[in-house]
Amino acid sequence: MAAPTTTPTGEPSSRSLKQLVLGRKDVQDMSDAEQELPPELMTVNMGPSHPAMHGTVRIVLTVDGERVVASDVQPGYLHRCFEKESEYATYTQVFPYTDRLNYVSPMINNVGWAMVVEKLMGLTPQIPKRAEYVRVIVSEMSRITDHLTCVGASAMELGAFTPFLYLLKCREWLYELLEKVSGARLTHSYVRVGGVVKDLTPGFDAELTLCLDQIAKVMVEVEDLLNNNKIFRDRMAGIGAMTRDDAIASGCVGPIARAAGLDYDVRKDYPYSIYPEVEFDVPVGTTGDCYDRYLVRIEELKQSIRILRQCLKQIPDGPVMVDDPRVALPAKQATYNTIESMIRHFKHIMDGVKVPAGEAYAFVEGGNGELGFYVVADGTGRPYKAYVRSPSFVHLSTASQLIHGHMIADIVPIFGMINMIGGECDK
Amino acid sequence: MSVKVLDALKLAHGGAIDSVETQHGDDIAWVKRDQLLAVATWLKQDPAMAFDAPVFVTCIDRLDWKPIDVPPGPPVYPASAGWTEDRPRFEVAYQLRSSRHRHRIRIKCAVPEHDARVPSLTSLWPAFNWQERETFDMYGIKFDGHPDLRRIYLYEEFVGYPLRKDYPKEKRQPLVRRDDLPINPIKSPTGGHR
Repeated sequence: MAAPTTTPTGEPSSRSLKQLVLGRKDVQDMSDAEQELPPELMTVNMGPSHPAMHGTVRIVLTVDGERVVASDVQPGYLHRCFEKESEYATYTQVFPYTDRLNYVSPMINNVGWAMVVEKLMGLTPQIPKRAEYVRVIVSEMSRITDHLTCVGASAMELGAFTPFLYLLKCREWLYELLEKVSGARLTHSYVRVGGVVKDLTPGFDAELTLCLDQIAKVMVEVEDLLNNNKIFRDRMAGIGAMTRDDAIASGCVGPIARAAGLDYDVRKDYPYSIYPEVEFDVPVGTTGDCYDRYLVRIEELKQSIRILRQCLKQIPDGPVMVDDPRVALPAKQATYNTIESMIRHFKHIMDGVKVPAGEAYAFVEGGNGELGFYVVADGTGRPYKAYVRSPSFVHLSTASQLIHGHMIADIVPIFGMINMIGGECDK
Repeated sequence: MSVKVLDALKLAHGGAIDSVETQHGDDIAWVKRDQLLAVATWLKQDPAMAFDAPVFVTCIDRLDWKPIDVPPGPPVYPASAGWTEDRPRFEVAYQLRSSRHRHRIRIKCAVPEHDARVPSLTSLWPAFNWQERETFDMYGIKFDGHPDLRRIYLYEEFVGYPLRKDYPKEKRQPLVRRDDLPINPIKSPTGGHR
């Protein structure tokens, strides 16, 4: 106990009043022994609803003072039975479900699902060139929105509110464009088996070019605000580092693995769609910490802008849907005027696209890395089994290891840069 | 490259491989359950294979398997016919990737219903820790040697395995019972609530 203190004038100290107000002793009045934290470990629940966490995930932390010594990460609060529901939906009806997996880049999920069904049907080489270009354009726009959200939200959680507003403004421009194309701001459901549902709107390339110019300008401002910001760097650099070998063994892909020096990008290593026809670089980090993950995301964003500019130059004219009655709906005019087309339209909607029996795994480079769909088909219009290989789930499984030994406050940037998307992680 | 992997696998572990197949460019090898760990260790450590990167683990429940419109060609073990009582009900599939050689393989293991367990590969590829937990959670496959086999998406009190084909889609199991709601708002063949 601290010795009773008196003021120089000899009046009784205000300690009792202070204690009365605070409900406890003030720090200055405590002895050294009292100031020490209890020596035993403490259990702290972080989440499932925590303002500094992306999505709903619960972490049971065992802390020694403020240092994390053990943790149990528990996902599943957003489980919506994607796989079970898909078994009861037609192949086309699964597209809206895929929108809700990674809801900040839904177009990439759409493309991934379309690709696995096309692989099962042997349709991949017949997809019209223009449809492939449209898919790549919307995918890269989605990748930009994904990275903008990730970087913006992480910066905000570390106290930098201005870049968050700048970046979300950019994201909104892209969402507006995607809304014009698909009719929905967030859950687009724009891609179909065999192509895309409709062509790009007239004047799309001028609008996108303007939008990309604006984004490039904003990115300069944001990088000025963040890259050499002392607070930002102190919170990010050296935090949550991962080695290249760990990244491989723990299944990490995408920006996290690339920040750790693993040169793996599905678009380069297993080229699909028209990615071989465009020129882009894959940024690779060295230290694998949060700051490298941030830099890799920023650079990927610029590369996506580069891909988009090339696509707008190279995109050919032509149909955006394969001319195959197994997957393409009859023209609206024919549906309303001929009985045969109406029956075919009805069968197509009610029974779904008939996919021959077999199994396939197709994967694309999502915002967070290799996003794959594994489908077992039994010859009917509905998948017998649909499995999504969600990168967020795999990345979240490394979180426990990454936050080990760090302070509680460091969990925020580590989680921000893992970029766990609840919908994708919890399926 | 792709044929080479399956050929090399047959050459090195001929006794452990039931059959191999290629579907839509994906290489699939059926491995005997008791030799899965040995084959997986070889796949990871052999320099010509070097499957260092894990991709996914999942399971297929063949209970309702009645394929129609099977493509012509050499008969494929499960795809060629419907599921019968004497066939193993589950298949556990492991997808692997080599970051050095860029090839991929899917190894599959047939698992009977009465003895639904396979050796865990978490010791080889740490990423399979959570994915095996997910498979256990959804299909009830026990992974022998897994360090921490708990449910991951669902809660401990959940009864049954929801992605099995005999688990009705409409079945509801609220964690907190609410008296103001009907126990099972949608009809279900097996009675719904536990």
